Amino acid sequence: MKFDEIQLRLLDEIADLHGVPEGAYNIRSDSQAIGRRSTEHIVITPKKEVSGIDIEIMPNTKNESVHIPVVLTQSGLKEVVYNDFYVGEGADVLIVAGCGIDNCGTADSQHDGVHRFFLKKGAKVRYVEKHYGSGSGAGKRILNPVTEAYLEEGAEMTMEMVQIKGVDDTVRKTIATLKENAKLVVRERLMTHGVQNAVSTYEVVLDGKDASADVVSRSVARDESFQKFDAKIVGNAPCHGHTECDSIIMDNGRILAVPGLQANNVDASLFHEAAIGKIAGEQLVKLMTLGLTEQEAEEQIINGFLR
Amino acid sequence: MLELKNLSFSVSEENSKEKEIVKDVSLTIDDGKLVVITGPNGGGKSTLAKLIMGIEKPTSGKIFYNGEDITDLSVTERAKKGISFAFQQPVKFKGLKVLDLLRIASGKNLSVGDACTYLSSVGLCARDYIDRELNASLSGGELKRIEIAQVLSRGTKLSIFDEPEAGIDLWSFNNLIKVFEGMRRDINDGSIIIISHQERILNIADEIVVINGGTVERKGAKEEIMPTLLGSSTLVNFCTGAAKEENV
Repeated sequence: MKFDEIQLRLLDEIADLHGVPEGAYNIRSDSQAIGRRSTEHIVITPKKEVSGIDIEIMPNTKNESVHIPVVLTQSGLKEVVYNDFYVGEGADVLIVAGCGIDNCGTADSQHDGVHRFFLKKGAKVRYVEKHYGSGSGAGKRILNPVTEAYLEEGAEMTMEMVQIKGVDDTVRKTIATLKENAKLVVRERLMTHGVQNAVSTYEVVLDGKDASADVVSRSVARDESFQKFDAKIVGNAPCHGHTECDSIIMDNGRILAVPGLQANNVDASLFHEAAIGKIAGEQLVKLMTLGLTEQEAEEQIINGFLR
Repeated sequence: MLELKNLSFSVSEENSKEKEIVKDVSLTIDDGKLVVITGPNGGGKSTLAKLIMGIEKPTSGKIFYNGEDITDLSVTERAKKGISFAFQQPVKFKGLKVLDLLRIASGKNLSVGDACTYLSSVGLCARDYIDRELNASLSGGELKRIEIAQVLSRGTKLSIFDEPEAGIDLWSFNNLIKVFEGMRRDINDGSIIIISHQERILNIADEIVVINGGTVERKGAKEEIMPTLLGSSTLVNFCTGAAKEENV
């Protein structure tokens, strides 16, 4: 499998890949699978009716990874892809997804990825998803990911969702249902600039006793961009839920935070925190006393915040 | 050498009257000296320190550093000329770690080992702190010591400490005295300004300046000024209670 320069740059941005990854993988470029490998414990099969793949992870698979990066380099491409992950009992794996779009043309490029995760009892997944756009064309780079997670008893999933640069328009939807003792941790990092628009919606349903969810979004909206963070946790059992939206606005950026908590059980314990504001003046001054210019100070503060 | 010439600073009050916080202060801080600025709360000490760093701009008067007029220079420019400032209330950051701040402060890609040396010298068990975020999970005393470690890592000619003892416990305070004693030993041709009420800090000073009501009330060698302060309300012995925080 050979990559061209644009593909390599995008793969580096979204998955830290400098070539073919270790373990199982499926690399998709401009709507074609350009490389796929299954391993003894992780089997990747293409879907027949729709575009996408099924990934089956055998029970008790440990310390293995699956990379399924997607790159779009042709202007005007639009695709919807369905990927389903079946994670067997007691497995503990890393899944790296992500999509990079390079659009130098005038037509919009769009990738809508629908990812469904079915975690069996005690399965653990760390899911890393990075989105990135580049290219100087007037055509937009659009990403609309849908992530669904179904966690059985004692399953644990950590999602790291990062979108720092270049995506013009995004509507992200994440839904999850958790059974007894299951645990979901979400760390979202988002930065919008220019006239970008980003909407991120979560609905997490805690169905089982002692299920827990911790959904934290840190975001920066600069220039004329707009973000909406809409996080809802529903507690149907004695459970623990926490959502947090912590945002920095700059220039003429705008952010709407819509936290939602619904407790349907007297022992459900649900919290939310939301804070939006500009960079504190004292933080800038402090870093300037260490010799940084105001602009350098701003960059350090934002890089740290979105880390 | 730092020279303040007829420095004044006033703020507008609600009734649109001007309130003078610093009034016509002239002062010279010589190289190789540790100078403690003391005086009652609300007397203008912290404001004076901020004027030197450029955080506040004087209403009138001039500031010279090594003969150069720095009155109109920004905070960044003054920092680059070799002035450091430890805040009375250390600033917190979400996401930035102790190591990040030490690297920014030192201006180089400090190794973990070197960063640990600075933390150890302020009495912190370095490996426990290097990866900690500079946020509210750290106690006031910890933040304060990390603040001082940053100034140490800059290694500048002029270091200003605004009430380094405020908000820290007795245990940390003893360490702090040792840190300043060490800095005093290695001062060479640099100078240190400490704003403080503490007898033990005043005791390691070469010179003491008493600021009251925005003006220099007295100044001179420690041996000369210290006896005039003992027993006065200006001075606080650490065991009898810490000075109140001053925000002016």
